[in-house]
Formats: sequence, structure tokens, C-alpha cells
Amino acid sequence: MSLEKPYANIPGTVVFDADQSRKGYPLNMFCMSLMKAANRERFKAGEKNYLDEWPMTEEQKQAVLARDYNRMIALGGNIYFLAKIFATDGRSFQYAAASMTGMTQDDYARMMLNGGRSPEAQ
Amino acid sequence: MAKISAGIATSHVPAIGAAIDLGKTGEPYWQPLFKGFEFSKQWMRDNTPDVIFLVYNDHATAFSLELIPTFAIGCAASFAPADEGWGPRPVPTVQGHAELASHIAQSVIQSDFDLTIVNKMEVDHGLTVPLSLLFGQPKAWPCRVIPFAVNVVQFPPPSGHRCYQLGKAIRRAVESFDEKLNVQIWGTGGMSHQLQGPRAGLINKEFDRRFMDRLISQPDALSQLPHIDYIRDAGSEGIELVMWLIMRGALNAEVKPVHRFYHVPASNTAVGHLILENLS
Repeated sequence: MSLEKPYANIPGTVVFDADQSRKGYPLNMFCMSLMKAANRERFKAGEKNYLDEWPMTEEQKQAVLARDYNRMIALGGNIYFLAKIFATDGRSFQYAAASMTGMTQDDYARMMLNGGRSPEAQ
Repeated sequence: MAKISAGIATSHVPAIGAAIDLGKTGEPYWQPLFKGFEFSKQWMRDNTPDVIFLVYNDHATAFSLELIPTFAIGCAASFAPADEGWGPRPVPTVQGHAELASHIAQSVIQSDFDLTIVNKMEVDHGLTVPLSLLFGQPKAWPCRVIPFAVNVVQFPPPSGHRCYQLGKAIRRAVESFDEKLNVQIWGTGGMSHQLQGPRAGLINKEFDRRFMDRLISQPDALSQLPHIDYIRDAGSEGIELVMWLIMRGALNAEVKPVHRFYHVPASNTAVGHLILENLS
């Protein structure tokens, strides 16, 4: 019997549940490794080689290389773990959030200053 | 005996910590937010407790996916600020209260809430940003802090009802501690925000306003709000608000709101803040 997932149909939203967590485990644990400065340096020196040390799917690795955060999330990434990637890149949460909405960072920042995305306008 | 005198709710956005640490609190972007905490800083000076029981969530810092405790109580003597990827925040080490924390753990587990006991842990912005907002930048935090981490990263977090009931068990535990201590309970996180996907940037002022209203005067009914309502209406990360219900559960049925503040935005997030005094 499958579990009920009433949250599955919320537009533009992937809920990081047990299934996503299972799929994303190696991707998120790779992200966790970037908490250490030495690992960040090794990753920056050769991203593909570093990713190949982790039991991630090829799709997950490509999504990381492309910095495609929506794709990473679809493949089991969680935003608090993915934050280690954009922190390594010297980017902010607002930069990453903007990139997932398809807006420029300036437009996104302006939307937030104007009160954020309205729940009616999803 | 120990007694809970007040509850405080506040968001814990990491960018707020960065603004404090980098001396940007007077900038036009941040000034309105910090103005909302001026009253609170004075109130904290006038009402400094012996211990803060601080409910927060870890953000892939102390807990990765290797271990995901739903409720974890920090029983150590001290907790160092964590390096979250850009060096630890320049804030004092948090001094715990091992005796009270262990007492609460034993009491609450015997009330059927199966806590995870943590004797070594670093604390991230979820815990240190609220302390900075309410205390500014002291050389040492002016009281002890018991960190209480709640899983809101992997779905499902505990239900609002479970959190609210847990708050009541924490209160009973505090009140059965023999030493005379003034204890505050803080609930942190929220308010509406979504950090991921095409819907990132979601803010729902109406939801937030109503949540604060009901937290004050109808907490029983509010605790029944299902997870789906939080996610749909307050964003995927808005579900952190269940942690405010732990705080509220530990207070009297009737409380006196002495301060209420709401501001949009701090980075991607709606910031909400309440100070609730227990009516004696």
C-alpha cells in the first residue's frame, strides 16, 4: 500500500521526503563534504574527478556540473545541502533561489522587496 | 523550583546573522528589520533569564543525512558555533545547562516523547541568529542555553499537535526541577518562505498574520493545522513554524503579548517575532 502524498501536486515545489532523501543520499552527502575547506579546494581544482569519488548517478553529476538546482532537487537534492555548493561558488541563497525561478537575481530581489511571490500568483 | 516566565518566537534567517557580523545593521535594507528588535533587546536586558530553552532546527550542519533525529536535546556543558562553510560565526560559545537538560530529557521521555540525547554538538545559525537578534554582540551570552533541535529538513517533521503537546511536557519537566531558575522558551524559524524550485520567494502575509494571532489566542486549534497547509500556504520551508508550537505549548493558556513584529523580506523570508509573557 502506498503512502498518501497530498503535497505531490503543489506547483513548483518538491517536498524532500523519505523517497527523495533515499534517491539523493549520495548527492547530499557529496554536498556535505564541501563543509571542509580542503574538500572545497579539491572540488574546485577538478569538479568531475571529485564527483566521480561519490556513488552518484551520472545525471546527478551532470546537474551539479551545470549548477542546475531545479534538476538537483528533482534528483533528490535538498536545498540546505545544495547550499554547500553555492557557498563554495561564493553565491548567496538569494542567487540560488533566483536561478530556480528563471528570474535574474535583480528581478528576484526586487520581487522580494515588494513583498515576495504572492500565493495567488503561483 | 524552576519556572517558565516567557516565550519568544523569532525567525532565524542566516543573512540576518551575516548582516550583524559584517556591521550592516544600519543599512537601508536591514534597518527596518533591526528596528523591530530594539524593544526586544531592552526587554531582554530587563528580563534576562537564567536559562533559555531554545527550539531551533539544524540546517545540514550537525546532522547530515547520516542521522536525522526528530527531537534532539543538547545536554552538553557547551556548544561551539559551527563552521557552515564560510567559517564559524564570530559569536560566543553557547554555555549549556547540563543538569536541567538531563532532567528535562529524563522527564520528557517518561512522558512518552522519545528524545535523542546529544552530548556533543556544534550549533548553526538556527540557534545563534536568534541569540544575536535578542542580545546583540556581547563577549559572552548573558545566560545559559539548552539547544533543542527539531527535524524540519526531511519530511515529515513532527506534527503541530505533537510539538504543542511536547511543549506541555517540557513545561512539566522544568517545573519539577528543584533549583529556582527563571527559564524562557524560544521557538525559532519561519515565517512563510520557500527556498527552492520555481515557486521560490513565496511569502504569505495573510497566513503569517493569522498564524501569529492564533498562536497567541487559539493555540489548541492552531496545533491541528496539517502539514499540507503549511507547505501549500507558507512555502516548503514555512513548515519550520511547527517549532513555534513547542514554545507555545510550554506557556500558560493565557499569555500577554508584550511585543509583536513582522517584516518582509530578510533575503527570501518573512520575519516574524513575538514576546509572550506568562500571566501569573
